[in-house]
Amino acid sequence: MMIGEERILAKNLIQEIFRISSKEINLMEFCGGHTVAILKQGIRQLLPGHVHLLSGPGCPVCVTATGDIDNIIQLSGYRDVITATFGDLIRVPGSKSSLQKSRAEGNDIRVVYSALEALDIARQNPGKRVVMVGIGFETTAPTVAASVLQAEREGIKNYLVHSLHKLTPPVMKALLDSGDVKLDGIICPGHVSTVIGARPYEFIPQNYGIACAITGFEPLDILEGIHMLVRQIESGTPTVEIAYRRAVRPEGNLKALDLMNKVFTVGSAWWRGIGEVPGSGLKLREEYRAFDAATVFQLTPQDAAEPAGCLCGEILRAVKTPLDCPLFRKKCNPEQPVGPCMVSAEGACSAYYLYGESDG
Amino acid sequence: MCLAIPVKVKSIHGEEAEVESGGTSYKASIALVPEVKEGDYVLLHAGYAISIIDQQEAEETLRLLREIRVI
Amino acid sequence: MDKILLAHGSGGRLSHELIKGYLLGYISNEILCKMDDSAVISLAGKMAFTTDSFVVKPLFFPGGDIGRLAICGTVNDLATSGARPLYLSLALIIEEGFPLEDLQKIMESIRNTAVEAGIKIVTGDTKVVNHGGADGLFINTSGIGVIPDNTNLSGANARPGDKIIINGTLGDHGVAVMAARENLRFQIPVQSDCAPLNALVESIMEYGEYIHCLRDPTRGGLATTLNELAGQSGTGMVIYEDALPVKDAVRSACDMLGLDPVYVANEGKMVVIAAPEKADLILEVMRSHKYGRESAVIGEVTAKNPGRVIMKTLLGASRIIDMLSGELLPRIC
Repeated sequence: MMIGEERILAKNLIQEIFRISSKEINLMEFCGGHTVAILKQGIRQLLPGHVHLLSGPGCPVCVTATGDIDNIIQLSGYRDVITATFGDLIRVPGSKSSLQKSRAEGNDIRVVYSALEALDIARQNPGKRVVMVGIGFETTAPTVAASVLQAEREGIKNYLVHSLHKLTPPVMKALLDSGDVKLDGIICPGHVSTVIGARPYEFIPQNYGIACAITGFEPLDILEGIHMLVRQIESGTPTVEIAYRRAVRPEGNLKALDLMNKVFTVGSAWWRGIGEVPGSGLKLREEYRAFDAATVFQLTPQDAAEPAGCLCGEILRAVKTPLDCPLFRKKCNPEQPVGPCMVSAEGACSAYYLYGESDG
Repeated sequence: MCLAIPVKVKSIHGEEAEVESGGTSYKASIALVPEVKEGDYVLLHAGYAISIIDQQEAEETLRLLREIRVI
Repeated sequence: MDKILLAHGSGGRLSHELIKGYLLGYISNEILCKMDDSAVISLAGKMAFTTDSFVVKPLFFPGGDIGRLAICGTVNDLATSGARPLYLSLALIIEEGFPLEDLQKIMESIRNTAVEAGIKIVTGDTKVVNHGGADGLFINTSGIGVIPDNTNLSGANARPGDKIIINGTLGDHGVAVMAARENLRFQIPVQSDCAPLNALVESIMEYGEYIHCLRDPTRGGLATTLNELAGQSGTGMVIYEDALPVKDAVRSACDMLGLDPVYVANEGKMVVIAAPEKADLILEVMRSHKYGRESAVIGEVTAKNPGRVIMKTLLGASRIIDMLSGELLPRIC
């Protein structure tokens, strides 16, 4: 599609949203990727003023507990360990340090684009133990699961995974149960949904009367997702609709789910800013404990205090926005981040800082 | 946690595939979409293909969008 | 002997052998060959003087190497003042164990680039450090150029109404260097755009009175450079997303890695800020040059939002483009 046509279709969609939208509504974009896309594309400016978009906790780096970060930093200090991590995690501050600082001290920490590369590193360095730090939701967890199975198949004995993977529907439920924020609709994460499908969100319209639209990330995708939500809300018929039909099947990706369930089991997880959410985290199963960094290195979840004044917790729950935080732009900025929402490229604070500050 | 981009499957070798977009290619894993064929478009996330893009659905979505007109 | 030894840096016989045998041959000229401790030159008029150090890794990448980069970097800095680059210094800090063959390749590159840019390397220095001390090779170049009369280029001179022009595609260098690093799963057919731009600049200086400033968007990319200019001149800048020239392969590599081309380094690009009445003419001249074929007007300078750079998105909305923060890292999120 040429840019000209994209612009026309977008304009028509926006006008249609204006036409049918009659009341003040709160929509949450759950996923960090949507937060960034919405700010980058300037979507808020194009919508009616009474349609509010709130950023949710779907930024896996932002919600990683400080204690978990501390554990990873500690792990990275072992002489025979090569820590493989997705780039997003490198600058996140733990209680005292960060992976970036640990690397500056000479520890072998490598940014990887894929668990495949962590496997490559393990093959190339038989004398070391390679620990792949598994962050991410259901989009990424199957990829890490597949890497464990591949390591098993190939007899790679020096590959370990530290799973900090988290699950989307349980935290959505925790958010809705907290009653902190009144939502009318949720822009559901498009790529998580390619794996989990539409069914896991059904409890949201059924139990809470909130509209759901599984949405992609291109400008037209996002506008169409919002259009669907407004339509559902105006007609009083909340349901789970798939706007991203070219990538998401109602049943999800059965193979990916299968691999994920084979390697991981569900347990409790600690979400920064939200607290402990039962059934929201993934741990390696007993039979894969040889690949489990938490077992091998005896890593126990630790509690750690939030930095003073940091509002990341409330921002993640959409109770406040970055503009409400006293540290935003003053003490906390991408160069000197205080909390994870500023460090992660997809944290609300980072996105607001880099792409624009207007709230409406 | 959603950075995935559409790429084309150029060739398949066992559980890996060479995928390409705009001239840039990557040796990806197709462990999550074993039924994929050469010529398919997939979503690439963290080095793995996570979904096969349904061309018909893509066209249908476009058709519906084109139907939304200003009165 | 095929590797650099510590003794090559000691100033003694081995040092002289290194210089005479491996370095001088590539860059000799009448000033350098005097082998005095200082180069003695005569110049009249206003001069531009700049220095830059080069620590790129890897040393060799598609489209160039640290040697070419070292000449282009300093030549281009001089060109942004409107100066004609004349003389460069060349200082090498080499790690013990560095292969002589690689040194020769780099010196050849330096020679070819120096010839292309029309500059002479008139003084130099060589040091050797212990293994692990220099990532292979570090280079520093300093340069002098002469600024013709009536030339007044400065970041502070941008004014509302000016057009913002770029001489070609964004992000090529950064992506090429990233592609040359260890990740063998990626195949990115992108070459660094590393090039000396002094001839291109000279060709447009015919319209010198209409050109208000020049700047090369190196580390930090176009975004950082425009922010600097906006800050210096107290103006605002608006750029148009659909006007930015980006190669398909760079676009897709950036998409995959979660990078934004406006933040990726360039080494053969020049931002030209020119008065609107001559912008089209300047554009035409740029396009007729080999390093300007894909030149484009990408935005304009405004009085609104001084110090800020705004981008108009494909949908017509506006977003702020800030300077680069931290490192560019591949992200999955």
